[in-house]
Amino acid sequence: MSTVWKFGADVDTDQIVPGRYAPYMRPDADVGEAAFIEARPEFAKNAQAGDVIVALENFGCGSSREYAVEALRRRKVGAIIALSFARIFYRNALNLGIPLFESPEIVAALQDGDEVTLDIPNQRVRLGEKSYLLPELPVFAREILEAGGIVPYVRMHGRFPEEE
Amino acid sequence: MGQTVAEQILSHRAGKTVKAGDFVVVEPDVVMSHDSLTPGIIKILRQELGMEKVRHPERLVFVLDHVAPASTVGTADLQNQVRRFAQEQDVRLFDVGRGICHQVLVEEKIAAPGKIVIGSDSHSTGYGSVGAFGTGMGSTDIALIWATGRTWLRVPETYRVIVEGRFPPGVDAKDLALKLCREITIDGANYMAVEYHGLDWMPLENRQTLASMAVEMGGKAGIVPPFGVAAEHFSTPEWLSIDPGAQYARTLTVDISSLEPQVSKPHAVDHVVDLSDVAGTHVDVVFIGTCTNGRYEDMKAAAGLLAGKRIAKNVRLIVTPASSRELARAAADGTLTALLEAGATLTTPGCGMCMGRHQGTLGEEDVCLSTANRNFKGRMGSPNAQIYLASPAVAAATALTGAITDPRGC
Repeated sequence: MSTVWKFGADVDTDQIVPGRYAPYMRPDADVGEAAFIEARPEFAKNAQAGDVIVALENFGCGSSREYAVEALRRRKVGAIIALSFARIFYRNALNLGIPLFESPEIVAALQDGDEVTLDIPNQRVRLGEKSYLLPELPVFAREILEAGGIVPYVRMHGRFPEEE
Repeated sequence: MGQTVAEQILSHRAGKTVKAGDFVVVEPDVVMSHDSLTPGIIKILRQELGMEKVRHPERLVFVLDHVAPASTVGTADLQNQVRRFAQEQDVRLFDVGRGICHQVLVEEKIAAPGKIVIGSDSHSTGYGSVGAFGTGMGSTDIALIWATGRTWLRVPETYRVIVEGRFPPGVDAKDLALKLCREITIDGANYMAVEYHGLDWMPLENRQTLASMAVEMGGKAGIVPPFGVAAEHFSTPEWLSIDPGAQYARTLTVDISSLEPQVSKPHAVDHVVDLSDVAGTHVDVVFIGTCTNGRYEDMKAAAGLLAGKRIAKNVRLIVTPASSRELARAAADGTLTALLEAGATLTTPGCGMCMGRHQGTLGEEDVCLSTANRNFKGRMGSPNAQIYLASPAVAAATALTGAITDPRGC
């Protein structure tokens, strides 16, 4: 089972990992331990592999810092489901292989602390008796995620997504 | 069919006509990265991509500005690693003290009209001030550009902003930038290029303020078409124009002739109100600096209000010039002396306290009024600190009183 961590709108990258916790500032620390360290310390302490982040609009706005996504990857976040994502965050998350979906239905249905079953291969999230369909991803996004991120994608295909 | 400026630039570099929604693979003209992320990009290049050499070192630029000069042994060691790498690979490097990447690349004319400039920093939208397509990307994308010379992009839709009128006294480009965040909101231009029209009269430094803040509305780029009074800074290619047939996803018209000073309240950039709504709010720290408002003209505007006066007791006024050139300009004409005699603390040109790492990190009880571009919780230090954003004139007026103050009454 995966625990749902629900957030509001406009979660900025300073909330995900404050700039003071950047690998540049703490080269010997695990940036995964800094995930939501100030905005949601219980996430930093308790989040488990496979847990699901659910949020409202514009998740990940602000800085281009990839270490915000890297911190979530190290925590093995199973998926991020939001109403919408900020552009750079969306790209960084795909690049590092974190599945992310835009689904008003699932965002409305899932509450903080819910225990769900995330089944990405079958595009499903199950909460108790209910099962929700994860939306179809754009082709480029699906292909990058299937490869495990943009670096394995480029290594595998020898080209960028959508490149002729 | 007509093309937006973003479509023109991306078409030019892609070698074919592209429109919003298309995917393109392009060779960026310039790839900028700073000290905060370059060490990590080097690691990705070597460890994940298994490469030792960058493909086109002449297109790369490193700027050491985020922690400048180094504040810890760790940052010092990583900066030395970047210096060594730059030397090995023959990459241009602007060392600590030269200034903020977005300012330096404009001053050095490395960012230029019609060019694609990719930066490891979200405020790379600022290169649109000279009519470049500037955008920020994460470390893995930058490492892939180093390795291949190429990147892929979705051609953005364009949000056209038409500016009418001229600023009234005491109101400037920062007030307009904040007003646009207020109207368009923090994600209203997500994935889009913002194209600013009606600004042929606007000097370069004001364009830099506007373009740097396009990302605060979600913008992928923020482009002021490179025409008009700032022309001495550009050599605009003949293929670039404002195309009357261009298709815009949205258009917003703003008349600035009656614009009031704007202030962004904690903890989101689009929590913007007229200054009068927050006038009198107690402030402990005033910060003048950053890629948005750390230029000579910003210091000059502040000095105009501070000359011959002293800042309020218990207020710290921290001034961080955007570059060594801007600092030299302020030193040459008495602007700097006026600031120092009023009680300002001067720090090394660079990003300064903008992201709370050094040179004025905020404590939990601090209330800061800043000319920067972000006031997210914890951005400048303690998550309990309060950050207000405003223009350099508002910053100076506020430093004089210790409370948010309208510069028009000073």
